[in-house]
This record gives sequence, C-alpha cells and structure tokens, in this order.
Amino acid sequence: MEAVVFVFSLIDCCALIFLSVYFIITLSDLECDYINARSCCSKLNKWVVPELIGHTIVTVLMLISLHWFIFLLNLPVATWNIYRFIMVPSGNMGVFDPTEIHNRGQLKSHMKEAMIKLGFHLLCFFMYLYSMILALIND
Amino acid sequence: MLCLLLRVLCTLVFHILRCLLAIHMGKYLLHRALQSSHSLKIIHFLVKTQPSTIRRSGDRVLWDIVLHHGQLRAPSQPKTTLPKITLDPWLQQAARLMQILHPVLESKTFSFSRPAQRHPRFHQGVFQQGHSLLQTRQPNLRPRRHSLQNAYCRKACSMVDMLIIKLALHQLPRHQLQMMRKRRRRMRKQPLTAPLPPAVLLLCPTALMLWKVGAIQVTRWTRFLSTSSPAPALSVPQAAKPAKPFGYGYPILQPGYQNVGLSSGVQTSNPAYSGFQQFAQQYPGMNQLSSSLSGLSLQHSSQQPESLRPVNLTQDRNILPVTPVLAPVPNLSSDLRKLNCNPDSFRCTLTNIPQTQALLNKAKLPLGLLLHPFRDLTQLPVITSSTIVRCRSCRTYINPFVSFIDQRRWKCNLCYRVNDVPEEFMYNPLTRSYGEPHKRPEVQNSTVEFIASSDYMLRPPQPAVYLFVLDVSHNALEAGYLTIVCQSLLENLDKLPGDSRTRIGFITFDSTVHFYNLQEGLSQPQMLIVSDIDDIFLPTPDSLLVNLHESKELIKDLLNALPNMFTYTRETHSALGPALQAAFKLMSPTGGRVSVFQTQLPSLGAGLLQSREDPNQRSSTKVVQHLGPATDFYKKLALDCSGQQTAVDLFLLSSQYSDLASLACMSKYSAGCIYYYPSFHHTHNPSQAEKLQKDLKRYLTRKIGFEAVMRIRCTKGLSIHTFHGNFFVRSTDLLSLANINPDAGFAVQMSIEENLTDTSLVCFQTALLYTSSKGERRIRVHTLCLPVVSSLADVYAGVDVQAAICLLANMAVDRSISSSLSDARDALVNAVVDSLSAYSQTSSTSQQSALIAPTSLKLFPLYVLALLKQKAFRTGTSTRLDDRVFAMCQMKCQPLVHLMKIIHPNLYRIDKLTDEGAIHINDRIVPQPPLQKLSAEKLTREGAFLMDAGSIIYIWIGKSCENNFLKDVLGYPNYASLPQKLTHLPELDTLSSERTRSFLSWLRDNRPLCPVLHVVKDESPAKTDFFQHLVEDRTEAAFSYYEFLLHVQQQICK
Repeated sequence: MEAVVFVFSLIDCCALIFLSVYFIITLSDLECDYINARSCCSKLNKWVVPELIGHTIVTVLMLISLHWFIFLLNLPVATWNIYRFIMVPSGNMGVFDPTEIHNRGQLKSHMKEAMIKLGFHLLCFFMYLYSMILALIND
Repeated sequence: MLCLLLRVLCTLVFHILRCLLAIHMGKYLLHRALQSSHSLKIIHFLVKTQPSTIRRSGDRVLWDIVLHHGQLRAPSQPKTTLPKITLDPWLQQAARLMQILHPVLESKTFSFSRPAQRHPRFHQGVFQQGHSLLQTRQPNLRPRRHSLQNAYCRKACSMVDMLIIKLALHQLPRHQLQMMRKRRRRMRKQPLTAPLPPAVLLLCPTALMLWKVGAIQVTRWTRFLSTSSPAPALSVPQAAKPAKPFGYGYPILQPGYQNVGLSSGVQTSNPAYSGFQQFAQQYPGMNQLSSSLSGLSLQHSSQQPESLRPVNLTQDRNILPVTPVLAPVPNLSSDLRKLNCNPDSFRCTLTNIPQTQALLNKAKLPLGLLLHPFRDLTQLPVITSSTIVRCRSCRTYINPFVSFIDQRRWKCNLCYRVNDVPEEFMYNPLTRSYGEPHKRPEVQNSTVEFIASSDYMLRPPQPAVYLFVLDVSHNALEAGYLTIVCQSLLENLDKLPGDSRTRIGFITFDSTVHFYNLQEGLSQPQMLIVSDIDDIFLPTPDSLLVNLHESKELIKDLLNALPNMFTYTRETHSALGPALQAAFKLMSPTGGRVSVFQTQLPSLGAGLLQSREDPNQRSSTKVVQHLGPATDFYKKLALDCSGQQTAVDLFLLSSQYSDLASLACMSKYSAGCIYYYPSFHHTHNPSQAEKLQKDLKRYLTRKIGFEAVMRIRCTKGLSIHTFHGNFFVRSTDLLSLANINPDAGFAVQMSIEENLTDTSLVCFQTALLYTSSKGERRIRVHTLCLPVVSSLADVYAGVDVQAAICLLANMAVDRSISSSLSDARDALVNAVVDSLSAYSQTSSTSQQSALIAPTSLKLFPLYVLALLKQKAFRTGTSTRLDDRVFAMCQMKCQPLVHLMKIIHPNLYRIDKLTDEGAIHINDRIVPQPPLQKLSAEKLTREGAFLMDAGSIIYIWIGKSCENNFLKDVLGYPNYASLPQKLTHLPELDTLSSERTRSFLSWLRDNRPLCPVLHVVKDESPAKTDFFQHLVEDRTEAAFSYYEFLLHVQQQICK
C-alpha cells in the first residue's frame, strides 16, 4: 500500500517539476520580451489551479497515510499556494496579472518563487523515490 | 508540556497587566495630585516609588506642577534665601523649578552612578553659588575652582537644560527670547576659531542661563568647547541626551515661530526667489531684521550650497516662497545645463543621482521620473531625414549628451557603445555645411521630433477614428448632458484633428444598443437597434463608421435630433458592457478613440456592477473598502482595446454611486482619460455643465496621437521599477499607448541596480512613437542628463520636492489599492519622518529640540500634509467613494504642474493688485501678486482672495470687502447685493477690473483644461469647498501644519 502512495506521489511530483520548469521558461520569455505580457499571463494562469490541486493532493495523501514529516514539509508550500490563489483581488485576471506583472518587481518575485518551488519539488522527488524504494523492499 | 506553556503564558499576561495597571494608576494619581492642593506628599511619594511612571509622564506632569503650583517648595530642602534677592522673573522661575526638581533628582529615575544624596554639596552648591552670582549681577569670567564633581555637574546641567529651555519659552518675555534666538543663530553661523569665553556662553540660552545660575563653571565650558571641533553644535545635544524624558514631545508647547516672525527662507539672497524685494516691502518690519542678519547669512552661504542651508521648520513661519516654486536646476556645467530638457516635460525627483542603491536607501527619498511627453510645445525642432541615427546596441536616439570621439564615431551615453556616424549625418541641413555632426539639430536640442520612415510602421498609418458611445437611459436624459455634448460636437466638428480620411460614428445604449447608419447617400440617419445584448453583433459593419467630410450633413442631422429622440424613454437600465463590446468590434480594424458617456451603474449584460458603497462609511477613519475594481471585465476589455490600438475615454456624469473604481479600468489600461462630474445636472448644477462644455471643447480639439508606444531608456545601471499612469506595460521598458494626448502625465519609479561609480553623468531618454492625426508616423524624443554624486549631502541638495511629492502621491495610490488607505497614509507620513531624520543624522547642526530640514526639502512636510488632506487620502471627513477614486485616478495621470496645483493650490490676494513686478505678455500687463500661505489667518475680511486649484478657481470675497473693489471688478455696489453663485467676471472699464481679468486669463492660459471660476461669498454654502483647500489649518479630522510638524518631530525622536 505504502509503495502505491509513493509511486503516485512520485508521478505527481514529476508533473509539478515540469510545471515549475514551464513557469520559469515562460517568465524568462517575458523577461526577454519574446512574448507579450497578456499571452504570458493567460498561459500561466491556466496552470495555477492544476498546480494547486496537484500539490494539495500529495499533501493530503501524506496526511492520510500518516507520513508526518513529509506532510509537515509540504504544508507550508501548499498553504502558500492556496493563500496566493485566494488573495487575488477581485479586479485582477488571476495570480498573474498582465497589467501589474512589470510593476514593483513582480516579475522577479514570480521568478524567484518558481525557482524555489522547483528546488522544493526536486527535493521531494528524491525523498519520494527513496521512500518508494524502501517501501518496495519492505514489501 | 502544554501545562508549562500555559503557565508561562499566564504569568506573562499577568505581568503585562500589572505593568499596565501600574502605569495607569501612576498617571491617575499624578493627575489627581495636581487637582488637589495638598498634593505634595503624593507627588514625592510617587517620585520615590514610581520612577518609571515619572519618566514616562513626568514631562507633562512636572510641567503642570510648575504652572499650577508655582509656589511649591520641596519639603526636604532647607529654605533658600530667595526673598532677599531681586531676581529677573524668569530666573526666579528657574530657581523655583530647581527646587521642585530636587526630589526627582534624588530618586533613581535618572540612574545616577551614585545616589544624589551622597553629594550634599550638589544642591547647596548649585543654589548658593547661583544666588551669590546673581546678586552681583556681573559676569565673572575669571576661572574659579569648581566644587562639584565634573560628571555630576554635567548630568545635572543637562537635565536642567531642557527644562529651562521650556521654561524660557513659556515665561520669558518675547523680546528676550527673540534676542536669545538671534544670538544662538548668529553663533551657529560664525565659524568658531578661537572661542572667547563670553562668546561661548552666548552660544545657547541654556548655557547662558546655567552660567548665570552658577550651576556650571566657566572654565569647564570653555575648555570643553575649545577642545571639541564642531563645538557649538555638539555641546547642546550631548548635554541634552540624559534629559530626554523632559526634552521632547511636549504637547502644550507654543509654536516657536509665532514669537519669531522671521523667515529664514528669505533671509539670504537666493537667486531662485526673485520676488524677494516685493516680499520685504510687504512686511516692512522685516527689513531691519534681515539687514542686521544679512552679513551673517552671506558669510554662511558661501560655505555650502543654498539648497542645503538648514531650515528650522518649527520656527520658520513663512516657509512658502512668494513666487511659484521652480524646478531645481541640475548641477551641471553650463553647456549641458543649456542643452538639458525642459523640466516641464521631464523631471527627476533627485537632480543629483546617488551613486549606489545603498546611498539612495540612506537618503530615504524616492527616485523617479515625472514625464509629460506630449505636452503642447511652441517650439519643437522637427527633423526629416531618411536615417534616424541610433545606437546599434541599445537603440538610443542620438542626443546632445553623446560624445563624438572623432568626426566619424560617437559614443552612446546610455550603453557606452561606440557607433559610426552615417554619411548623411555629416551634412547639416540648417547651416548647409558638411563635416559638423555635432551641430546637427538632434545634437543641439534635447527635445526633438523625427518624422519616421516606414521602418517604424507595422501597418500603414490609419485614419483618425472617433466613436461616441452615449448613455440614453432615463437617468441620462434627466441629467440632460446630451444637449451639451451634441452642441459641443456640432461646434467643433470641423476642428476635430484629422485629415480627409477622418471617420466618426455613434452608438447609443439603454437596455438595448442602438447603432446609426450614416452612409453617404441616405436622406436621413438610420437607427438600428440590437436588443440581443448577450451576443452583440454589428448590424451593418461598413456603414457605422463614416467619413466625416462625406457624411457631414447626416452627422449634423443626427446630432441635432439626438437630444430629443429619447425624451420620453422609460428605460432605466444601462447595458454599458455590451455597448463597449460593440464599440470594440467596430473599432478593431482601425483603432482610434472611443468616448464613453455614462450616467449610472451598468445594470445589464456583461460587466454589470452592484453598488458597493456604504454611505455610513463615507467618513470612517478606519477602513475604506472597494478602492479596487469589482470585476475584471473592464480590464480585459481595455487590454483587448489596447491590443487593437483603441483607447477608451470615460466621461462619468452621475448623481449617485457608479463604481468608478471598476469603470475606470477601461480607460486606465487602454491609455484613455477619465472625466468625472459628480451630481451633474444641466440646470440644477450649471457650474458642472459649464465645466463639461469647456472640457469637451478642449477634449475635441486638442492634439491626438494614435498607435503610440513610449520607451524609456536610462543609463546602464539604472532600471525601471514601477510605472504610473494610464497605459499598458508591454515589456520591461515599453509602454503601449493606444492614444496619447497632451494632457497625459506619467511617472516612473527607478532603482539603481549597479553602482554608478564609473560615470559622472546619467541620462534618461523617452521616445514616443505615434501616428499623428494627419497620418504621419512621428517620434518625439526627450533626453535628460543629470550628475551622479557620492555624498548624502549632495543628494539632499538636489531634491526636487514637487517631483518627489507627485511620485509619492502615485506610490500612495498604488499602496492604498493594493494594501489599504491607512497603510498609504502611514507611508506618506513615514516618508517625511524618515527623510528628515536621515538628514538630521547627516548634518552636523542637528538639534534634538528642533526639526531641521535642508532648504531643498523645506516644503516637503507641508506638501505631504496637503496630500493627506486630499480627497484621495483623507479620512474622517465625509468623502464619497467615487470622488475618492477619481482623485486617485487624477494623481495617476495628471502631469506634474497640474497635479501640484491640485495638491497645493496657489492663493493670491487680488483686491489690491498693482503693476509692481508685473510681467508683459503680448502687450498685456499681468500683475504678479505674491503667493499667500494656505491658512485662514491670511484671509482678512477686508480682502478678496483668488485660489487657483487646478481645475477650479475660487475668488473668496471677505465680508467687509471694500466696495470699490466690488464695484470696479465684480460690478455690484456692495457686499449684500452680491449673488450667491457667480461664475464670470464682467468686463468693466476700470483699471482694477482690467488687472484682475488679465491675471485670471494668464492663469487660465497656462494650462490645458480651462478651469471654472467660482466667486465665493464669505457666508455662502460653497465656502466649505473653498476652505477645505486651506491645508495649513486644522480640521476636525486632521492636523494643522504646526501640529503635523510636532507629530513628525515626535516620530523622529522616538
């Protein structure tokens, strides 16, 4: 059973890693002026909810399967994701707003956030991998 | 574990409660003690038992003691021989105070190294020596052996120091205080080379008094002062430090400046204030004073630049110069200064750019640019050439600040790349000479306009297209704006900017959307109604936008018929969203300008809005909600429009809440402009109707640029942090402007990313690429050059306070939308506190008791206070949400000159205009009355005052205004016969009328939007509108200027 949990987490984590990379690539495209802010933001906003769901599922899964340490590790990031999604002002077009992304260093902070997430997911990836192997051996 | 945690928490809470209780009890007891006459014991008890309370509230309480119980004697103290001596009254007070002080000194409050009692000679010594000295009344300058311990004496002195200063402020006769101030000032200004004892003692009133009292020995002070190098400045604060519990934030302190009445802002011969002569004549008493001080100040000003001269804000009463504040001139060589961009189009908040971000952070001032790029210019060099010379790597346009390495190469001043000079550039079309590239107009002018070639076009230049979207619901007809709009359009139809291809169209809407077929050849306009507002479509796409010249008759017919077409409409709904979608569809092939007239909350179809304002919250001091948009519909639409080069201008003429915060988005992001007429009605509110008429005239006939983009480039190392204004930021330095008009202003916040150590100059360049209404592609380029400095003092010397205020206003608007209004207000106050405290830390002349600012920043607190009292940021005063939001929109998109008038209006006295200092414009004499400060104390009943508040001009008539003025200028025999509402000055054939009118028209000519005139009688209800602009006065919800200064000072001392 435990092996199944970790296999699923691993797959989910892979998806999240890809998503982070996609975020970074798109944002750096915007930074270099390869795409315009409008299309960049609509591209990214599409993936905010899937990312949120993906990460929440893993977190909940860890809670259910009573892996406290991994759950607590995931909790801050999941909370941040949800907080960011909820706190979008009613007039904005999503987490990424084309009219504001160039202001107040938002682009840089988005970039930084995506980088941190990428690092975090990579860390999680190896942790899940290790746990999965351990679980398979125990089985 | 949990138990332990709880216990700790409980103990903590208990302790906190106890502390609070103790504090409050202590305060309570102290105040009670004051009220009862047999209170000495309680006071002594408290002094002994509650030293911390005394420390906190001691200031106030002790003062009350001094004031109420002037006769108090400390019981533990043997009676001194006071009655025998005849003292000056103020010295008597000081002596009494010393007596009261004893218990305080004895207690542990001031943490002496050893208890005071161990030095019995302390109080005796102080008093006896003091008295004996006073008896002789002769300054005894011979050094004497002192009997007191050095450290001890200093501590005591410093403690008494502040108290005596305060005492002096209260008790001293005015002339004495003034004398002392003058002495102190003189001392501060004279370089201290070899201090003579009497001179040193004159240094400050404290030292003088202490010396007189005999608390200190002459030798000690002289030695101390002559050894320390910046002696006069340092001695006071050092001594004052331990006395802090007494020394600051004293709330009932009278304004020091009321006693002084002398402005150091005009003492020195400042070239910027050309109105000095005028001013001096106006206040004759000042002449003598300033002449007596002139020698000193001149000597002083040679040491440091004028803009750095410290100004004591709490003492200087007349801080406002008499002539309008000018932009500071960057400290450049005279050649560069001549070439630099006009400050009206391009200004920087710091005319001396700090070298590093660390230095900028230390200065605590915002760095940014204020732009007015498309300003109406009388002189503009237009250059037609097949190649526009630009840097090959950063694409900077060639400008006066590039350097020519030789005849063939030039070095870019932004990225330092060396470029070739093209062959064509060698020929100068102006002088018709060859081989002088540095004499080309591009290199001689910092503002130029290029006519661009086809390389600068994505598509052929489009015709000018104007679409009018008009609300015709019942509400709109009731307000009656249609007549005015149609009339203005009819009048200005021929003046609309454009060429033979200009196109025009009309859409009206209520619960349905109506289109008008104006195709040439029709006998009369056809109205096409689309009632399917959920899926809007264009009934006849080709014939809705028609050529203005070909279908002129049909258009005129329509405009004549339109006001009467919907007279009996019962439709109350408004389908603004669908109408806008239709407009977008109609405009998308060509782009152009959409003018939307809306009178109520959109209630149907896409983009419908709900009322969000709670009228009970209008004057709330806490939270102001709903400053941001409610839906992203208008933002999306604006971005779509912007993508199709269409700008949406909004005219909101509503009588009730219409959610401008949401509606404004359609203009904000499509580079449109916003006009707002609260409680508009064509007959009930004629002044608004007149304003609409005038605004429309300007709006329809002013210059316009289509399909514009603006790029802001700056020297390597600087980068753009945030943009403010109406536009869409397409990439890091590129603004997409569907339309550009001459009344639009922009602001840009900058940050320093790399150190600018290897350069002494930085440049900023804005390039505005647009299609003119004649179908030409043009580029307007402005270049600004500023010096780089490495010291903090130089940064302060170059502050452009008006630009800084405008940038701060923009930042505050952002903050109040993204965070909250109270946050924004706090940030504004903190801007003053931080910058002034940062300055006082750097300047050597800092004093604990005074609020010092450099001359360049002396208006900063005043302007920030004015900002806090603006509709946009004020709290506590009833402000409608739409009014507030509109004020915010204005701050974002008004150019600096106009915004400054809104923030801090100009007040002139006009009942005694003279030709003195008048200027001549086109054979007309325009009198130049001095500026008055914005305070009701300046308004005398005998006078008439003119206030220029940007979009509105008030003339306030005092109750007992001279009949001559009323008759000669206003055409009414006396005050009683003056009507309540008067909006025009009659053309009378008298000298004073002529003067007033020429002054008024001069004020009006200076700006794009024609302001409306209001004549306000002293008792009319319109008075409140006038008085809310008097920002230096106290209102029920806001500080007066002096209170604000005290507040700032308190914050600094914290």
